[in-house]
Amino acid sequence: MSRVGARLCPVLKPNFSLLYFPFSSWWSHVEMGPPDPILGVTEAFKRDTNSKKMNLGVGAYRDDNGKPYVLSCVRKAEAMMASKKMDKEYLPIAGLADFTRASAELALGENSEAFKSGRYVTVQGISGTGSLRIGANFLQRFFKSSRDVYLPKPSWGNHTPIFRDAGLQLQAYRYYDPKTCSLDFSGAMDDISKIPEKSIILLHACAHNPTGVDPRQEQWKELAAVVKKRNLLVYFDMAYQGFASGDINRDAWAVRYFIEQGINVLLSQSYAKNMGLYGERAGAFSVICSDAEEAKRVESQLKILIRPMYSNPPLNGARIASIILNTPDLRKEWLVEVKGMADRIISMRTQLVSNLKKEGSSHNWQHITDQIGMFCFTGLKPEQVERLTKEFSIYMTKDGRISVAGVTSGNVGYLAHAIHQVTK
Amino acid sequence: MAASIFTAVPRAPPVAVFKLTADFREDGDARKVNLGVGAYRTDEGQPWVLPVVKKVEQMIASDSSLNHEYLPILGLPEFRANASRIALGDDSPAIKENRIGSVQSLGGTGALRIGAEFLRRWYNGNNNTATPVYISAPSWENHNSVFVDAGFKDIRTYHYWDAAKRGLDLQGLLDDMEKAPEFSIFILHACAHNPTGTDPTPDQWKQIAAVMKRRFLFPFFDSAYQGFASGSLDKDAWAVRYFVSEGFELFCAQSFSKNFGLYNERVGNLTVVGKDADNVQRVLSQMEKIVRTTWSNPPSQGARIVATTLCSPQLFAEWYDNVKTMADRVLLMRSELRSRLESLGTPGTWNHITEQIGMFSFTGLNPKQVEYMIKEKHIYLMASGRINMCGLTTKNLDYVAKSIHEAVTKVQ
Repeated sequence: MSRVGARLCPVLKPNFSLLYFPFSSWWSHVEMGPPDPILGVTEAFKRDTNSKKMNLGVGAYRDDNGKPYVLSCVRKAEAMMASKKMDKEYLPIAGLADFTRASAELALGENSEAFKSGRYVTVQGISGTGSLRIGANFLQRFFKSSRDVYLPKPSWGNHTPIFRDAGLQLQAYRYYDPKTCSLDFSGAMDDISKIPEKSIILLHACAHNPTGVDPRQEQWKELAAVVKKRNLLVYFDMAYQGFASGDINRDAWAVRYFIEQGINVLLSQSYAKNMGLYGERAGAFSVICSDAEEAKRVESQLKILIRPMYSNPPLNGARIASIILNTPDLRKEWLVEVKGMADRIISMRTQLVSNLKKEGSSHNWQHITDQIGMFCFTGLKPEQVERLTKEFSIYMTKDGRISVAGVTSGNVGYLAHAIHQVTK
Repeated sequence: MAASIFTAVPRAPPVAVFKLTADFREDGDARKVNLGVGAYRTDEGQPWVLPVVKKVEQMIASDSSLNHEYLPILGLPEFRANASRIALGDDSPAIKENRIGSVQSLGGTGALRIGAEFLRRWYNGNNNTATPVYISAPSWENHNSVFVDAGFKDIRTYHYWDAAKRGLDLQGLLDDMEKAPEFSIFILHACAHNPTGTDPTPDQWKQIAAVMKRRFLFPFFDSAYQGFASGSLDKDAWAVRYFVSEGFELFCAQSFSKNFGLYNERVGNLTVVGKDADNVQRVLSQMEKIVRTTWSNPPSQGARIVATTLCSPQLFAEWYDNVKTMADRVLLMRSELRSRLESLGTPGTWNHITEQIGMFSFTGLNPKQVEYMIKEKHIYLMASGRINMCGLTTKNLDYVAKSIHEAVTKVQ
């Protein structure tokens, strides 16, 4: 076998023996990737034959029959699309303009000075993940002050690998207090006040994932003050606007407050949950800038980042979202429907707590109704979670997180009973 | 307010091909012709939504059992399997031996990027960013950016286009492969080379494969025009299938933008061919991790359309027919343009116009002549002299031919 090439290029020292080519593979040394923990929960759930089984791992909304819910305003928007004879031409790299503008307005509020002055750039992203990644890549390339991204402890599991793959480093600030199942505000303030200046801090705009624990407005004000004092670059992840409290303005309050305080934030938005557009990948990434001219420069660089990732974004989801946001009747209908989803979640929280009381549980379950959004950190320990799965066919992640969306009026009693059994 | 952290962000130049279209749109001249962006146009100069696509979209729209739930990370299973089957062939030994994998991606670009990210992490050692990546000279300009952004530090070109003879520089290509460090990655255009429209013949592919095998070079195919090039799926996949039959492990980035006309739905697929199922499984598990931090899971609409079509014999036949319609129109425009140039006696040889294949033709016009075309004749084409044959119509053929004639005779 010729080794001439190898001699000419001594830097290349493959880890596998050439003697075996072509009998072995280029990929012999590739390790099996670890199974996704959440996916694993769903797989195990599928295999379970217990008729009472519950999947509380799923991060998608379910109606009170446990079924996926396609919003009526979405169906209407789709019908409008079907009736128009639209072509399939490439979108611009930055995405559908009607969508990105409406997204910015939704997040910032129509009266926002930042929105009206045009000192922002919004590009269409591949739902929340894609939008986060665009921002992460942008920071890696242009934010030279720091490589460090501070995440709340805990945060969405995918935040860490997203920022890591973008070439940034991860740090953490205290956030969740497992003793009280609520916000460790003094811990958070303490940690944040010590973050090196000009570091990047990620904040969940509302409905913190996975804990469901959000700061109150007074707490947000203090967080804004300390973040400003430390001169930190703020990156908001807003995946649940409207879905958390049922009120889009309330859920965007923190983002808007920060901007009003002169903090030029980065923002990732997702329409997966609040419009039920999960698989259509509708999302947006925004940068609040000093002025419109800077926004144009930033936009031009975002396009340079996006083009070698996937060229330009998919139309379908963005078009649906755009029609909804820009058609007054549909927008009204959407606001009612998103409130409906939020209300059902809140109602399930309330029913779970009252059922636990009825079961005779002496524990304090107030955190279940204090927390907000799709997820709830129950405070259950791994052993208890395992018992729930083995004895009751109730599936959730080991950290005790449940997706309240998986709870229905039909199974909340069973859930309360099971939780009581493993915690009494 | 403190100075912005983005004060120093420079304004990036616009992507050339999109700037061209933007300029075209602003041009008020009635004679204007857009021979820039690579998208199919009818003889009326209009975008064309394939009839089969319209039909399937209506089926999807009226199916109330469908929802918008997340697809799996690697994509819609029926799409993945069928997309790879289209590339490799129904009777592919690799499929029979269960040693292929597929990753639904956002267009051909997305497939290239996932493949590139994987190779950077796992090929030729771990995280070996020094592995040379060879891209044809010229190539689609985004190839370079994809591999640079994936982290590769040593991007090189391999000889491809021979400007003097207006054809493939096979000897230059083979020489580059002989000299390339072992394990280098080569980006190969499966068919309808962009931008030259010049493909190796089957015999030339055999020579290329022989060198690549001997020198342990990794084939990464970019297949954006299967079916669209010749009208035959099998013919356009010949090179990929030949490499598979020769025992190569390879990647093939597929796009369904052109052959399904689904440009804005971002439908693509990365086909992985490995030595055996175990290797492929491990590769896919790692690609899953890469997908998860890039877009989590792919968009559903376009994949559904393609999967539905490929799974139904009747719809498949309709699709095949639609593809042939597009390919035939392009072939017709090629022969019409060539015959006009030859009738006009335009200096130079013009047989390359019909010998080239696919959407694009490298006319041979130099930058000055291109500028003339744009400024004086309001005919928009890339500075490289690349034209999109789809921009030609029976109505504008005469004008374009005469303009090329003028450019060649007046401008040197």
